[in-house]
Amino acid sequence: MRTVGKQAERAAGATVCAVRGLVKTYPPARGRRGAPGADAVRASDGIDLDVRRGEIFGLLGPNGAGKTTLVRQLTGLLRPDEGSVALLGHDIVRHPERAARLIGYLGQESSALDELTVALAAETTGRLRGLDLRTARAERDAVLDELGLTAIAGRPLKKLSGGQRRLACFAAALVGERPLLVLDEPTTGMDPVARRAVWAAVDRRRAEHGTTVLLVTHNVIEAETVLDRVAVLERGRIIACDTPAGLKELVGDEVRVDLVWRDEPPLDVPEVAALRDVAHETGRRWSLRLAPAEARAAVAAVTGGPAFAALDDFTLATPSLEDVYLALGGGRAQGLVKA
Amino acid sequence: MSAVSAEAAPGKVRPRRGDRQATDGDGAAPLAPRARLLPALSAVYRAQLSRARVARIPLLFVATFQSVGIMILMRGVVDGGDEARAVVAGSSVLVVAFVALNLLAQYFGQLRASGGLDHYATLPVPPAAVVLGAAGAYASFTAPGTVVTAVAGSLLFKLPLVHLWVLAAVVPLSGAALAGLGAALGLLAPRQELATLCGQLGMSAALLLGVLPAARMPEPIAWARDLLPSTYGVEALARSFDAHPDWLLVAADLGVCAAVGVVSLAVATWAYRRAAVR
Repeated sequence: MRTVGKQAERAAGATVCAVRGLVKTYPPARGRRGAPGADAVRASDGIDLDVRRGEIFGLLGPNGAGKTTLVRQLTGLLRPDEGSVALLGHDIVRHPERAARLIGYLGQESSALDELTVALAAETTGRLRGLDLRTARAERDAVLDELGLTAIAGRPLKKLSGGQRRLACFAAALVGERPLLVLDEPTTGMDPVARRAVWAAVDRRRAEHGTTVLLVTHNVIEAETVLDRVAVLERGRIIACDTPAGLKELVGDEVRVDLVWRDEPPLDVPEVAALRDVAHETGRRWSLRLAPAEARAAVAAVTGGPAFAALDDFTLATPSLEDVYLALGGGRAQGLVKA
Repeated sequence: MSAVSAEAAPGKVRPRRGDRQATDGDGAAPLAPRARLLPALSAVYRAQLSRARVARIPLLFVATFQSVGIMILMRGVVDGGDEARAVVAGSSVLVVAFVALNLLAQYFGQLRASGGLDHYATLPVPPAAVVLGAAGAYASFTAPGTVVTAVAGSLLFKLPLVHLWVLAAVVPLSGAALAGLGAALGLLAPRQELATLCGQLGMSAALLLGVLPAARMPEPIAWARDLLPSTYGVEALARSFDAHPDWLLVAADLGVCAAVGVVSLAVATWAYRRAAVR
């Protein structure tokens, strides 16, 4: 992945998507009988963003952080209250209808395609992207073949499993080439084979056409492996934006130690009792974030002597994007850094 | 960092409909072509017809049996003449109302509520193509049921079959009027349940005001009957059962259907545009 990232950096320099000072507030909901009304929500709260040509750029954040609201404004589906959105030099706030001619969009909903067969969904989407019948059919066949969907091409989307349906919608998003793909949680419910097919298809388009991808996700593990850069969203703001490696440096050189006890933790061992104060306990599992020296000492304490008898399993890991996410306040309760 | 793409075309080319090289004029990247109206319309129509085949055939049977059942019931009340014509014509057009008005209102209501409109809104397709394609598919899907009902009714009430070819005009024109109305209701209703309710009420109105003989109605209900577009389809079909139909009046009735169809489809297109960009 890193080599691909370097390629993307070489190709960088051109901004595909530039967002400045984006603000969107949803009006307060009126209360109905019995139910209180909701306050106004500032779903985008002054967002600045640059996505460069050829990169896979991720928007990461918890549910309700404003990811989808941001994407809807980039795709011309929602008009921002303030700020500007430029896609490949086109002002999308003034000309929202141009977004459809620049973007391949995969939304979270498939209800428009649900009753079509996989082949017809892809072909129709291609035709509505302005392809003539012959080109739409040729691209349909190529994309279905590329994603391994040919065997189920004649089945309606409704009859497929969640992951297959998602893959079929992704296929429809690829028919009719676009310089920018906006994918809202594309791999939800997919098995590893399908997921691999998605990222292979994305990488191919990037290598051949310099396609840029804007990806919405809350799957941090996937984010870590496929993204070139990540913006972390929290309550309508971008609280961090960097490469996954750059973001990890934010949590410093802390190490995560996970301890799983067989039964009760041996609190009569003083080292273990001391660790309890800094541990995040979930059942028999303790999670600790420690400096490397502390981690070494902790592991030595629990793997030698009487504590070891009570220990079922332990892991020692360098920080993942998930730790960054939690450290940045993405987990709300465990926020260490408040932006 | 510049907001200008590296592949920017040196563009003073004016954007044209379907133009592959349309640019913003200030060096922005070229836009992909728009989908043209007719190919997009035919693509939507084909897709909608295919999903109708999968999902709507049982409902078409229901619509047809319902209409045939109503005619059998009314045979006990009506004994030929003008009233029999109204019953057969009303029952036939009821099939159109069931599918084009009721089911289409439900479809668009559901599509809007579930966010499915985003799919179309993020494709460069003219709003009219989506609305007309869906309305056309639903309207043409009513054709077999309408023909079966009209033929069965004519045999049941011993009406002449010779002028039933007029269905070829009644189905598409009243179909356009009712499908436009259904699409507009589905897209304008603030909630999905209201879209369903409006579709059902519209169909009930078409049932009661179309099938029951007009002469016996109280005046306010007769006005409501005049306001309902399906009435004119019913009247046109009823007139064609005469031995020597007054074709001028038939044409006038169908003209009303066509006019309502144009207006309601225009409203539906506007409603789609409004619903797609919130």
